Amino acid sequence: MNDMPKIEQATDMTDSKISANKVQVYYGDTHAIKDVDIEIQPRSVTAFIGPSGCGKSTFLRTINRMNDTIDICRVEGSIQIDGEDIYDPKVDPVQLRAKVGMVFQKPNPFPKSIYDNVAYGPRIHGLARNRAELDDIVASSLQKAGLWEEAKDRLDEPGTGMSGGQQQRLCIARAIAVSPEVILMDEPCSALDPIATAKVEELIDELRENYTIVIVTHSMQQAARVSQRTAFFHLGILVEEGPTQDIFTNPVDKRTQDYITGRFG
Amino acid sequence: MPVIWLILTVLAIAVVGYVLGRGRALASAGGEQIKLHSLPSYYGSNVAMKVVVPAFLILVLWLLAQPLIVNNSISGMIPDSEIAEGSSRGLVLAEVRRAARGLDNAVAAGLITEDFARNARADFNDVTARLKEAGQVVTSQITQPILRAAQEYRILNSSGNFMMTIVVILAALAGAAWGLYESRAEFRARNTVEQGVKALLIAAASIAILTTIGIVFSLVFNTIEFFRLYPAFDFFFGLTWSPSFSGRGGSSELGIIPLLWGTFYISFVALAVAVPIGLFAAVYLSEYAGPKVRAVAKPLLEILAGIPTIVYGLFALLTVGPLLVSVFGADGVGIMQSGTAVMTAGLVMGIMLIPFVSSLSDDIINAVPQAMRDGSYGLGATKSETVKQVILPAALPGIVGAILLAASRAIGETMIVVLGAGAAARLSLNPFDAMTTVTAKIVSQLTGDADFASPVALVAFALGMTLFVVTLGLNIVALYIVRKYREQYD
Repeated sequence: MNDMPKIEQATDMTDSKISANKVQVYYGDTHAIKDVDIEIQPRSVTAFIGPSGCGKSTFLRTINRMNDTIDICRVEGSIQIDGEDIYDPKVDPVQLRAKVGMVFQKPNPFPKSIYDNVAYGPRIHGLARNRAELDDIVASSLQKAGLWEEAKDRLDEPGTGMSGGQQQRLCIARAIAVSPEVILMDEPCSALDPIATAKVEELIDELRENYTIVIVTHSMQQAARVSQRTAFFHLGILVEEGPTQDIFTNPVDKRTQDYITGRFG
Repeated sequence: MPVIWLILTVLAIAVVGYVLGRGRALASAGGEQIKLHSLPSYYGSNVAMKVVVPAFLILVLWLLAQPLIVNNSISGMIPDSEIAEGSSRGLVLAEVRRAARGLDNAVAAGLITEDFARNARADFNDVTARLKEAGQVVTSQITQPILRAAQEYRILNSSGNFMMTIVVILAALAGAAWGLYESRAEFRARNTVEQGVKALLIAAASIAILTTIGIVFSLVFNTIEFFRLYPAFDFFFGLTWSPSFSGRGGSSELGIIPLLWGTFYISFVALAVAVPIGLFAAVYLSEYAGPKVRAVAKPLLEILAGIPTIVYGLFALLTVGPLLVSVFGADGVGIMQSGTAVMTAGLVMGIMLIPFVSSLSDDIINAVPQAMRDGSYGLGATKSETVKQVILPAALPGIVGAILLAASRAIGETMIVVLGAGAAARLSLNPFDAMTTVTAKIVSQLTGDADFASPVALVAFALGMTLFVVTLGLNIVALYIVRKYREQYD
């Protein structure tokens, strides 16, 4: 990937939040991710785009070591967050995941009350000393997720009873509640209707102020709307990475151009 | 013609009908399969179906009805004077059937001629002697009316059988003719066969349901009979169980409370063993074990479920009982008199139920969507936190259902109790005392030689009915919970 704009990459190196170096991922015998190098900026939204099966979700899941839960999956290379290698044997993946939160494709609230859903992470990590503090964390997380007005009167009702869009924002609130630094979003709007999608996108844009966000999306319009930088994956290779504006208006690689103009994918 | 030959004949007609029907349908389309409405084999199956179904239906009905009709007409031939004191018409009829069978066997062995067997003027003393000679044991002297009845019985039966053969074969042939007539290219044989398959499946399902209803009815009638002889209030609220087999059960005390107490106490101990162990095993297998361990451990655990309960009973009697006595018996803690106790039976029954709980719970835990686990791991939860706070609560209704199903098995278990818990009906809190359960008492009430009309025997049906109602209730609650849980993720 050294044929990428070198000057820009060099400036990024200094203050990047996540930096991946020669990352390889294998599922059994399948080489799913090949030689991925990427620098991800703090307090910005980076979008991963690409056709189905290109490895963008797999790569996303290496950033919080969610792939560890899959037996046959193997990761090589290095991924550093704030200069610290997360695949170092000393790193506890459980602690890492508190720092790198994740929102999934399908809203997956626990079959518990709205309150308990948001309080789940803080309780596990002992972030609140008493009930009042926990109440504060829940309230502020729901506020940040833009769900407070809709949820404040029904905190005791099950989270699974909300609409799809609300459930997804509840999952974002749940992730925020453990005060992560990075939030990974794996196609967070693919199960939502356009109005719910617009709300979540608006929320992502607001969250950018405080969190580093990486979002995998199938929708190029969504990538264009919410992200500052975009990375295009194809067949397990990071083809091109750069400011969203450039990727969509002036892609360097032929494959990127073909993909964003709808010639394949 | 014996029934087996009749069945084979009908099947042979069906096979011939299949081949002919298939050929006829093909011929009607000029040998071109594409012009047929259905595949040729459907035309053949249609004919075979029309041969077999009516013929077998008639056969079954005939076999059910003939003994009833014959018995009825024979019964009329026996004068009341033939029925001895303390005997009944049923016993005399059984005697008639035995005599008839003796005649049959003697004829078959060539010791007497068919004419002799049918001879209406034959002397009964002579017949008795001849039958005894032929080795056809005749318990008592055959009397004149019995001999006449036996002869009539044989005649009615053989002519009945002959008629049955004719009618069944005619029905089969008629069915074949009908099916063959239909075997033309435009006939929708495929749809007809589909209807036949549907009818077959419905029949199978209804047999299961009808049997259940039959069981309930047989219990209900005998239970009503019991309550006519013994007050229901004393049965349901009596605190003593002491059946007296002498004197037609006149002084028996048949209170169910001690038995129910034993049943629930032993089941409780069993569940206290099986539920935690089974549940933890299920959590390990579904969440922690790798595919290799799982592939070995799960079948091994399920082998436990295949062991016959009598073997568990022996294990209780020979191993667990003595082991417990050595710890809690006179030499140890001193609260256990003998090896048979609630604890012995409960522990062993618990072991029996482990695979039951673990297998069902494993399925239920696996049914919790992966998205729940991902969500929890993604927030930085460990495996046990995820299991405790997300998976088990989500799977709880299903697990409760599994436990209730295990409970109804525990309540219905017999052999382990008979061998492990003793036979004394007792109301005690000490789990090292011998107690007994409803099922064990049903066995002992019916295996004694008590008269079937006395309360000490009939109480078994009332016990069975009570047990049936309890386990049915548990099963209904369990199914309700399991079903409700299923809807949660749809």
